[in-house]
Amino acid sequence: MSTRPPTGGEMVIRCLEREGVEVVYGYSGGAAMPMFDALIDSKIKFVLVRHEQGATHMADGFARASGKPGVVLVTSGPGATNTITGCLTALMDSVPMIVLCGQTISPMLGKDAFQEADVTGISYPVVKHSYLVKNSADIPRIMKEAFHIATTGRPGPVLIDLPKDVTQGPCTAPFVDEIRLPGYKIPGRCDAALLKKAAQLLSKSRKPLLYVGNGAVISGAGRAIQQLAEKLKAPIVNTLLGKGACPEDSPLNLGMLGMHGTAYANRAVQHCDLIFAIGARWDDRITGKVSEFCKDAVKLHIDIDVAEFGKIIQPDLSMPGDARLVVEDLLPLVGPCDTGDWWKELNGWRKAHPLKYPKKGGLRAQHVLDRLDKLGGRDCIITTDVGQHQMWAAQFCLTTKNRHWLSSGGAGTMGFGVPAAIGAAMATGKPAWAIVGDGGFQMTSCELATAMLQKVPIKILIINNRYLGMIRQWQELFFDNRLSGADLEGNPDFVKFADAFGMPAKRVRRAGDVDKVLKWAMAQKGPCLVEAEVVKEDNVFPMIPAGAGYDKMLIDRPKVRMDKPTGST
Amino acid sequence: MTTTTPLHTISLLVRNKPGVLVRTALIFSRRGYNIESLVVSPAFDLEIEGYRSAPGEFSRMTITCSGDPVILEQIIKQLEKLVDVVHAIDHTGQEAIESEIALVKLKAGIKDRTEILQVAENFKAKVVDFAAESLILRVQGESDKLDAFIDLLKPFGVVELVRSGKILMARGLATT
Repeated sequence: MSTRPPTGGEMVIRCLEREGVEVVYGYSGGAAMPMFDALIDSKIKFVLVRHEQGATHMADGFARASGKPGVVLVTSGPGATNTITGCLTALMDSVPMIVLCGQTISPMLGKDAFQEADVTGISYPVVKHSYLVKNSADIPRIMKEAFHIATTGRPGPVLIDLPKDVTQGPCTAPFVDEIRLPGYKIPGRCDAALLKKAAQLLSKSRKPLLYVGNGAVISGAGRAIQQLAEKLKAPIVNTLLGKGACPEDSPLNLGMLGMHGTAYANRAVQHCDLIFAIGARWDDRITGKVSEFCKDAVKLHIDIDVAEFGKIIQPDLSMPGDARLVVEDLLPLVGPCDTGDWWKELNGWRKAHPLKYPKKGGLRAQHVLDRLDKLGGRDCIITTDVGQHQMWAAQFCLTTKNRHWLSSGGAGTMGFGVPAAIGAAMATGKPAWAIVGDGGFQMTSCELATAMLQKVPIKILIINNRYLGMIRQWQELFFDNRLSGADLEGNPDFVKFADAFGMPAKRVRRAGDVDKVLKWAMAQKGPCLVEAEVVKEDNVFPMIPAGAGYDKMLIDRPKVRMDKPTGST
Repeated sequence: MTTTTPLHTISLLVRNKPGVLVRTALIFSRRGYNIESLVVSPAFDLEIEGYRSAPGEFSRMTITCSGDPVILEQIIKQLEKLVDVVHAIDHTGQEAIESEIALVKLKAGIKDRTEILQVAENFKAKVVDFAAESLILRVQGESDKLDAFIDLLKPFGVVELVRSGKILMARGLATT
């Protein structure tokens, strides 16, 4: 037996093993070679992707579906900069992720070495934390801290930049188990006095509304929130990322609120007398015009990130803590609210303004997604890209299980859907539907090769309208239908494209064929692709124009010319 | 009369790690906030969360800036979120001891010298460089006092001015 001390690279991999990492997504390169060499002798599975952005979204999908941190390993320079979009995506949606980057040898730092970039410097605004490792003796401590930081409190990505001399040289430092991060606080349970105050405010409400976000998904607060809703007799609305925390097929659930939320969820927001944000951050897609948002309603807010209190909305009661623990502690303190009249109103809106779409004039995305939901999609993990298909999927594909809806919400990253589905399917062993547009699909479509290699049960559903549909919708509604940069001419034949990777694929053009094709996809064991050629021009409704109040919600296409929206994008 | 936005003074206790200054500055710049002054120095040994700090393990920052108090409140919260920041405190409106040092270089011929030295004496400023045609004065005190001192010297011809930026300490046993 050799008594050679491990190299820094071997130590990095051993630390990953100690953290229970089973799979690493990445792309090799010169500066990362000592780590790649160490991977050969490890039980960790390495997935070679086709572009580093894909690796980050796979790790992200893995993390969202499983709750465990996703791990990425790339090389220096462009390898590392290609992970930046993935870091932003993970940061905005609070996803635990570790990004390991090779770096030039330490003496060459700052000397414009081949494939050198100031990666920690570039990373600052898009990570929860980052490290540049200058000494191999720091590797065990940094690895321990990185996993702790990525997974605790409000989760997020942590980037570790590893110069090649550090990973190539010996590392004799022992493993580290103790973490010392003064000032790094993780709220857990909420103060009893705040719980009591919350219960008092809730007891006075006649029109309460539970507004559930991604924090509820992350903490697994869904069951407790559902119990709270049942006890209070209060309705639930969820954000795009809150989908699945509580089952959307429950009679208490009004679906998604906000810009493209259901009309009845939005009417509930408009008319409630108390809104209780649980792991949600009053995003601009939710509030619309902040000064008019729930103006007269009492606002309660649970968040593990205290910087969210008052960032957009000043709550009447801020409750710092883990959403699950806080709601569980609150449960015994509350009783039923007198919400009989409130439910009459809610059910009235539900009846008056159900989600709907035209049945004539060609195949509609909504029809395809509605059928997917009914044919078993509801029990599958669903990932999306960004745009019209994402909003239609959010509306028509109900999510009933936690961590089964994976969508890039905060960052709105196109190209997220396919790689995220690969990661999610690998994490769970369950089938994952990637619902993507023809635009976003092409941003990361090289990962079809990865899907084929890994034989993962992903089912890609391209909603192909040959447009950047949401852009076209805005230009139609707010820019006098002057289309600019919206027409995706030059799309490939997607079925042939899949075929080139050896991936079975089918195209559907008629509503009558949708069930047959979706069932075919359901029956596939490995990856497959369905292209739905839908009508070119269709709009997502309801819609609250960006920056407008809830009273400006468009349930159908407006008959009058609209002003340009004032809100964020 | 122009109204000036009041200056806020924020003190931070940070881990002395590479990048902590950039991370701190980015919190301000992302929100379009300008930092007026920033002083960083090693922190004295301190007891923190149950252990004694190692020499050089922590640093102190004193930052002054102006702007919308609501955004500033968010900035403080975001600073506190940084892993390397132990705490961030806004001392605006609080009882605190403030101090700043300025070095002022004046072109001072024989004619003006007496008058300049009189001003200096009134402000307890010290002559730290005495040359044939120039003087360097060092003055110490609250930033307002330094402003007044410099205003009085302007007519004599200030050639160079370097200010240290404000440092601050909370009164009594309150934490800085």
